[in-house]
Amino acid sequence: MSSISNQPSPPLAVEMHDIVIRFPGVLANDHVNLTLKRGEIHALLGENGAGKSTLMNSLAGLYKPVSGVIKVNGEVVNFNSPRDAISKGIGMVYQHFMLVPTQTVTENILLGLKEPRFFVNLSIYNKKIQALQEQFGLRVDPSAQIWQLSVGEQQRVEILKTLYRGANILILDEPTAVLAPQEIDDLMKTMRRLVEQDKSILFITHKLNEVTAVADRLTVLRKGKVTAEGIGIEGVTREKLAELMVGRKIIFQVDKKSQKPGEVVLEVKNVSALNNKGFPALKNVSINLHQGEILGFAGIAGNGQSELAEVITGLRSCSGSIKINGKQVANQPPGKSIDIGVSHIPEDRTGVGTAPNMSITENTIMKNYDQEPIGNRWKINFTSAREYATRLKDKYEILAPSISTQARKLSGGNLQKLILAREISCCPSLMVAVQPTRGLDVGAIEAIQNLLLEQRENGTAILLISEELEELLSLCDRIAVIYEGELMGVVEAADANLTNIGLMMTGSMRSQA
Amino acid sequence: MNLEIILHAGLATGTILLFAAIGEIFAERAGVMNLGVEGMMLLGAMAGFSTSLATQNAWLGLIMAIFAGGILSLAHGLVTIHFQADQVVSGLSLTFLGTGLALVLGEGLTGQNPPLIPNVSLPILASIPFLGSVFFTNHSILVYVGYLFIPLTWYYIYKTRPGMHLRAVGEKPSAADTLGINVYRVRYFYVFVGGCLAGLAGATISLSVSPGWYSSQTTSGQGWIAVAIVIFAQWNPVRAAVGGYLFGMLRRFILDLQGPALLFGFQNPIFMNHNLSFFLQMTPFLLTIVALVWGSQAAMRKRLGSPAALGIPYIRGERGL
Repeated sequence: MSSISNQPSPPLAVEMHDIVIRFPGVLANDHVNLTLKRGEIHALLGENGAGKSTLMNSLAGLYKPVSGVIKVNGEVVNFNSPRDAISKGIGMVYQHFMLVPTQTVTENILLGLKEPRFFVNLSIYNKKIQALQEQFGLRVDPSAQIWQLSVGEQQRVEILKTLYRGANILILDEPTAVLAPQEIDDLMKTMRRLVEQDKSILFITHKLNEVTAVADRLTVLRKGKVTAEGIGIEGVTREKLAELMVGRKIIFQVDKKSQKPGEVVLEVKNVSALNNKGFPALKNVSINLHQGEILGFAGIAGNGQSELAEVITGLRSCSGSIKINGKQVANQPPGKSIDIGVSHIPEDRTGVGTAPNMSITENTIMKNYDQEPIGNRWKINFTSAREYATRLKDKYEILAPSISTQARKLSGGNLQKLILAREISCCPSLMVAVQPTRGLDVGAIEAIQNLLLEQRENGTAILLISEELEELLSLCDRIAVIYEGELMGVVEAADANLTNIGLMMTGSMRSQA
Repeated sequence: MNLEIILHAGLATGTILLFAAIGEIFAERAGVMNLGVEGMMLLGAMAGFSTSLATQNAWLGLIMAIFAGGILSLAHGLVTIHFQADQVVSGLSLTFLGTGLALVLGEGLTGQNPPLIPNVSLPILASIPFLGSVFFTNHSILVYVGYLFIPLTWYYIYKTRPGMHLRAVGEKPSAADTLGINVYRVRYFYVFVGGCLAGLAGATISLSVSPGWYSSQTTSGQGWIAVAIVIFAQWNPVRAAVGGYLFGMLRRFILDLQGPALLFGFQNPIFMNHNLSFFLQMTPFLLTIVALVWGSQAAMRKRLGSPAALGIPYIRGERGL
């Protein structure tokens, strides 16, 4: 791949020059430059809100830059819609898949195309798509409906969709965020195979190890500005990249003290539950959790983790027994688990975790508004509520103009700190944290992880549900792996084997523990 | 009580529900729920009736009815697609608007006798024993149009390119958008198609199946039954047609039940008993209410296979759908 630089330079696949993109009140891209050579894999790094996706969306024709020039294969282009970008050979695979779940693979690939004109004979197109699959080694049954496919397979459909449209330049927006470790390996193989067949790939990520594994060059964005433009990956370290992304040094090693877990806090026995569609989401799950212990739940999204958090916090009915400090909480109202001291860091921060239109003060007192000194029979004492909120805001370093700022105006990291502040302060015995660092940037992740460890030292039992294996390995004492609602095994984090966890996450292995 | 008559009449009145329900299926498949079916039907019934009266041409009346329903539905499109307002509120308002307009403009039409859509029997087919006399004898031309409608709309939705696009827009508009399908245009188009078919359903009443203008009694709530059928039918036109015909037959059966003094040799409890017969006449609407309440639960809709983006305005760039 490094041989590319020795050849006489062919026109660049993509050249973005001086791009400015503005949203109301935000300068998303501030004079950004980016080049993509033919046949290379170029990584685009940055924190959330750094403007990576915005920049890529402008290349895919979804947004229009205020100023700047975009050249594709040496030709100046001016995209007004995704269709224009597609016609120039640009294909984007979005982070949230753009697939119609109830249609087949072939139907999804054909959507929006001029051909077929009217009558759709799927069997002809199934064959065409099979041929395309052979060429690029992207295997998936063309007549399967999308909802039947695994996330990895769905991603292959997305890539096939762009290839069927003749894309030469592929943009992958955080393609590994949703994948299991084995699937990530497959994706990287696919990316290399595509590049061998003269495709060029732009690949957005904030996972630093992936960059070094697969990319040829990289560009880093911070707050809409380029901090490293098209540098080669040789000699670039994780620490250096993190500093370019965040603007300060990041310590990757979390400081987990070794300590003995205490008494059993949570006792889950033979719990089964249905999901929102009425299908079994949890099947006979039994597990214990102790004081001062972090128990991680690994699994690919949608394998029952959310439902588990909901049955424990009283948001979903179930069969079986759930005891917290010896008290039965299964099928009890959420108020009961709050009283026992269960805190909940929900997956959905704006829908469940906070009331976005209410102030920081109102959001912090949501679980203790009825207790002295904030609650006084039927009144709320706002003076003490404000004092309380100010104290939490300072202690947890929530960055906001004031405590009367609406929660929805906070950044993701600060919103999460607000939720943690409220939960830690009210309910100390058990914490159920669902994806607490998802979508946060490196700096905020560091802060949240340290808060969780601090709680562990204080003796809280923590149930941590996460899709980030690295996070689980560094924070947890034990890791349970869940697949299709079944517990595949529980391993000690200290001697956990990443491959085995990955196999359990995809249901191909079961450990006896 | 005659089975042949019940089936025959059921097919005729079922055609009304068939048109309205299939129209609503088109709109809902594109992601727009239109609860204004009753209003659009009534306006269509009025427009068809009065145009036929004025021009002495039933076919012109039919065209006018389709047009009126379609135009009225565009108001719903504007409010829900362009201004992204709540579809339920807008749809209910549309029923009031349509009903109000129809009653005002239809003032004085009662008792008039415009030309109607003719009834015909199909040669050869009509001579099949029993089935011929039920399906192909002395039916309105619109009933036969309804027969053709069932396979054609099914084929269109599941087997053609525009049908594929229609389903994609109702299931995952953002996916359609990124592939260059104009979500707004598709939604406007199918809301309009839904309105046109509701108008046609209205004219099927006033110019054909039970001709005449009886103000709001003309449609007498059949628009709501059509909305319920869409849920029962799981957004499938073939099931909607079957549902429409069954409802039609049920209504006729209830009507006929009140006639004879003796039923199978026993005293008929409904004969001359107004309370009981009113109650029986109410049952189709009771079923409708049950269906609407049942089908309005999000979880239930999902299980029935409702289009995933139904009821959600599409805004480009918003996460989720």
